[in-house]
Amino acid sequence: MKVTVEITRRPEIADPQGSTIQRALHDLGHNAVMSVRVDRVIHLELDNEDPDAARARVEDMCRQVLANPVLEDFTVKVDG
Amino acid sequence: MKTAVVVFPGTNCEQDVAHALTTLGGEVELVWHREPDLSEFDGVVLPGGFAHGDYLRTGAIARFSPIMAEVERLAEAGRPVLGICNGFQVLCEAGLLPGALIANRDLAFICRFVELEVTDTGTILTGAAQMGQRIRIPLNSYEGNWVDPGNSGRVALRYLDDPNGSQGSAAAVANGEGNVVGIMPHPERGVDELLGSGDGRVLLEGFLHSLVPA
Amino acid sequence: MTTATQPLHRRLGMTDEEHESVVGILGREPRPAELAMYSVMWSEHCSYKSSRAHLRRFPTEAPWVVVGPGENAGVVDLGDGWLAALRIESHNHPSFVEPFQGAATGVGGILRDVFTMGARPIALWDQIRFGPLDDPKNRYLFNGVVSGIAGYGNAVGVPTVGGELEFDPVYAGNPLVNVMCLGILRREQLVLGTAGPPGTVAILLGGATGRDGIGGASVLASASFDDESQEKRPSVQVGDPFEEKKLIEACLELYRRGLVVGVQDLGAAGLSCATSEPAGRAGVGMEVDLDAVHVRESGMTAPELLMSESQERMMAFVAPELVDDVLAVAAKWEIDSAVVGVVKVGDTLTVRHEGTIVAEVPAASLADDAPLYDRPMQRPEWIDGVWERPAERLGADAADVLLRLLDDPGLGSTSWVHEQYDHMLFLNTVVGPGSDAALIRIRGTDKGLAVSTDGNGRLCYLDPRNGSARLVYEAALNVAVTGARPLAVVDNLNFGNPEKPEVMWQFRESVEGISEACEALGIPVIGGNVSFYNETDGVDIHPTPVVGLLGLADPMPETPPRLSRAVAGMEIWEIGPPPTGNLAGSSVQRIIHHSMTGRPTPPDPDSAIRVVQLAAELAHTVPVLHDLSDGGLAVAVAEICIASGVGATLIETDGDLLFCEDPHRFVAVFAPGTLPSAPELGRMVGTMGGDDLVLGASVPIGVAELTETHRQAIPRRMA
Repeated sequence: MKVTVEITRRPEIADPQGSTIQRALHDLGHNAVMSVRVDRVIHLELDNEDPDAARARVEDMCRQVLANPVLEDFTVKVDG
Repeated sequence: MKTAVVVFPGTNCEQDVAHALTTLGGEVELVWHREPDLSEFDGVVLPGGFAHGDYLRTGAIARFSPIMAEVERLAEAGRPVLGICNGFQVLCEAGLLPGALIANRDLAFICRFVELEVTDTGTILTGAAQMGQRIRIPLNSYEGNWVDPGNSGRVALRYLDDPNGSQGSAAAVANGEGNVVGIMPHPERGVDELLGSGDGRVLLEGFLHSLVPA
Repeated sequence: MTTATQPLHRRLGMTDEEHESVVGILGREPRPAELAMYSVMWSEHCSYKSSRAHLRRFPTEAPWVVVGPGENAGVVDLGDGWLAALRIESHNHPSFVEPFQGAATGVGGILRDVFTMGARPIALWDQIRFGPLDDPKNRYLFNGVVSGIAGYGNAVGVPTVGGELEFDPVYAGNPLVNVMCLGILRREQLVLGTAGPPGTVAILLGGATGRDGIGGASVLASASFDDESQEKRPSVQVGDPFEEKKLIEACLELYRRGLVVGVQDLGAAGLSCATSEPAGRAGVGMEVDLDAVHVRESGMTAPELLMSESQERMMAFVAPELVDDVLAVAAKWEIDSAVVGVVKVGDTLTVRHEGTIVAEVPAASLADDAPLYDRPMQRPEWIDGVWERPAERLGADAADVLLRLLDDPGLGSTSWVHEQYDHMLFLNTVVGPGSDAALIRIRGTDKGLAVSTDGNGRLCYLDPRNGSARLVYEAALNVAVTGARPLAVVDNLNFGNPEKPEVMWQFRESVEGISEACEALGIPVIGGNVSFYNETDGVDIHPTPVVGLLGLADPMPETPPRLSRAVAGMEIWEIGPPPTGNLAGSSVQRIIHHSMTGRPTPPDPDSAIRVVQLAAELAHTVPVLHDLSDGGLAVAVAEICIASGVGATLIETDGDLLFCEDPHRFVAVFAPGTLPSAPELGRMVGTMGGDDLVLGASVPIGVAELTETHRQAIPRRMA
C-alpha cells in the first residue's frame, strides 16, 4: 500500500530557500515567477492494509515525527 | 601569474585563500561572481563558504553565475581551476568534475583535522607532492560526501580515516586532464603551524606552480 | 482564560497601570498601533523593567570604554586605533518552542547587535543548558539547539570558538540558550544607533517583513511556561543566514565608505524599536510610512508591521544626498531595501499606514518612559539551613570518582558539540574550543583577544552573591592563563520569576557579586542581557548568571600555553591559596553525592588579583597552564594527561583536596628549574610521566581509559 505525505511549511513561516530560488530564477530570465515555496514529499510503502487504517497510521507518524507542527502542516494521500 | 579567487554571495573563505596564496608568493585578486571576464588571469580558485546559502542544492545556483562561463573557458583551455569545499560542490554542479557532494554519512557538520594521502601527483593540486605523502589539514563541511555513480573520477587525495562516507574515501578529485581539481578539506587552513599544521602548503604551492603555462 | 472579552492592552500583555501610563503620556486613549508599540517596547525583554533599577549598580566606567551599556553592544579600546565590540543575549523561550530555529535566530540577533556598531563579527560563543540527557526530550532539545547554532553560524560565516555546557534537571522545562559575539573595528568605523538630524532618511535593509514572532519578545519572553501556553504556538521566526551574510557585507561597505549617520538592528520589537530608539537618542522626531516596508505577506495590519520580528533586517539612517549610493550598495549585495521614513524636527514619531496616521507618540517615551519596577525582595528562609549543613566529604575512591566525573556530559569532552561548529574560519583562532579561553589574534598586529564565558547554576543557587563574584574571577583567570589581561565584562542574567521576592533577592545579590568582583579587578561591565521568567509549573531555574570576559594580550605569547605541551619529567604545580577541601556546590556533590548543600568557599579579591597577574606573566614562558574549576585538581590534571597523552603522578592523598573547587587556583606544568622563581603562592603536587594517572593511593588509571571515558561522555548518550 503506497502512501504519499506532503509536508508543507505553514504559510506564515518564512521560507528563505523559496525566496532565494525565486531571485535566481529571475536572474535566469524567468520573470513570470511570482512566488516559490519549497516543501517535501515522503513516499511510504506499508504492508497491505485497509486504506482508512493506513491513513490513520501515517497521520500518527506525521504528528509524531515526520512533520514539525511548529513549522509544518501535512497532507496524507493513500494511493489505490 | 595572477589567480582569480571568486566570491559568490555567501562565500566566506575568500580572504583566507587569498592570504594563504599571497604568503606563498602568489598574486591574487578577489573577483565578484558577476564579473564576465577573466582574461587577465592564469588560474582560478573557487573558495569555501555557503554560496547562495546552499539553497536548492549546494552549488546549484552558483554554477549559473556570469563568471562561470569564464571558469569553464579556463578549464577547457587546460588552465588550473581549483575548487575548495563549496568550490568543489560548484564544480560538480557545473559538470566540470564528475559526481556530486551529498550530506556527510553521520548527518552532522564536521570541523576537525583529517589525515590525507596523496594518490595521484598528476594534478594541479598535487603536482608538488610525493605519491603516498601524508597531509594533515582541516575538514569543515556538511556536504562532504562525494558520490560518483559513473566511476570516472580521478582521486588525487584520499582520507585515511573516512570521516564522511565519501566514495573511495576521496578527499580531492580531478578531471581527466588533471587541471580541474576539487578538494573538500581546506589547504588554506593548513599553512600556519601556530594553528595546527603547515601541510597545506605543498598543495597550494602545487597550484601556484601550475599557473605557469607548460 | 478567555481572551476575546479582555481589553486590547491586556491581550498584548500590558498591565492596567502600564495602560494608564500610556494614557498619561499621550493625553488620550492610545490607538491600537500605538498600544502595540508600547506593548513590545515595555515588555520585560525589551525594557528591563524589573531589572533596570538594579543594573545601575554595575561599574561601567574605565578609560578604555568607548561605548558602555545602553547601545547595541559595548565597545572598548584595544590601542593603536583598534576597537572591540562585545554583546551577549539570550533566546531561552524560543529555543524551547523550536530549538533549531530558536537557537539559529539567537545567533542572527547577536551578530546584528555587533555589526550594527560598525564592527565585523569575528567570533561567537554559545552558553547552553539542558535537563539530563537520559530524557529523550532533553536530547531532542540539545540536538536541535546545537544544530541550529551550527546551521546558522557556519552558513553566515563567523567561527564559533567556545562556549559552555551545563546539564541539570532545573533546565529541563527551561533550556537556556545564550549567545555571545565579538567584533573588531577601526575607530573611524564606529557607528551608533542615532537617527541623525532632521532630514536624515531612514532606509530599511534586508529580509522582507512578515508575521514572524508576532508577540514573540513581548509575550513569549515575558511569561513563564505552563500547560496552557504550550497550546499557544506563535509564528516562530525562521533564520536566513545567507541573507545575514549579505547584510553584513553590505553594512560593512556602508561603514567603510562613510555612507551612514547611524544604524540600528531590528531585533525584539522590530520596527517599533528601530524607529523610536534612534530618534529618542538623537532627540528628534520621525515620519514613518508603513506602506513602504517591503513585505512577504499580504494584508498585514499596522500593529503587525510594527510588532513583526522578521529576521535579518537593519535600519540605516542616511543623509539625503547619499540615499542613492546606499540603495546601490544594497542592490550590489542583492538585498532588498526601502526608504521608510525621514527624521523631522520635534520629538514626535508619526506612523502612517494606508494613508492614515496610525500612531503619533513622543519618540523617546517608548524607551525612556518604560515602567521601572522595584519588585519586592526577600532572602529565602532556607538559605541559612543549607549553609549550616556542610557538604559531605568525598567518601569514595578517588580513581572511581574521577572516571565518573569525566563520564559526565557537563564535564567530559565537548567535541560532540564543537566539532559541529566551524571554529577555524578566518585563520585567527590560535586557541579554540575546549580550552580555558579562546584566543583570537588580530592579523597585522601583535594583539590577541582572549575570551572566557563562565556560569554555574548550582554555585549561584547556594550563594548568589559570592557565586556570581566567583564567575567573574574565574573568567579573569581563564583569560590570564591564555596570556591576556582582563579588560571588560558582559553578563547574561538568567533567572526565574521576578514576581517572587526570593528570585528578586537572588537577582540583586548576583548583580552585587558581579559588581564587587569587577571593582576589585578594575574592569567595567560594558553590557548585558536579562532573561526573567525561566520558570515552569512554578519551579524556577537556579539563578544562572553567565559572565563573558574579554581580555587583551598585547603582545600575544609567541607560543601560547597548551595542555598538549606537557611532556614526561615536567613538574606539576598548583598555584594559588591552599585548598580547603570544601565540596559545597562542586561537581562531586552533583555527580557522586546527588546533593546541593553547604556554603561554597567565598572568593578572596586579593588572591584573585595576584593569581590573575601571575598567570598572565607565566603564559609567555610556561608550556602548560590550566585553570582549576569543575572537578578541581584531579580533573585538571586528567585533562592535561588526555591532551598530551602522558600520564602523571599526584602526591595528594586527601580526596577532598583533589576534587574541591576553591577559586583562584591554576595548574602550571614545566620542566624542573625553568620557572623564573618558585612562586610563593604555589606548591608542587606531582610530576608528568608514564602511561597512567596515579591519584595518591588509588589504583592507577591508564591515560587511554581516561581519554576514552572523557571522549564518550556525550556521544554515548546521544547514540
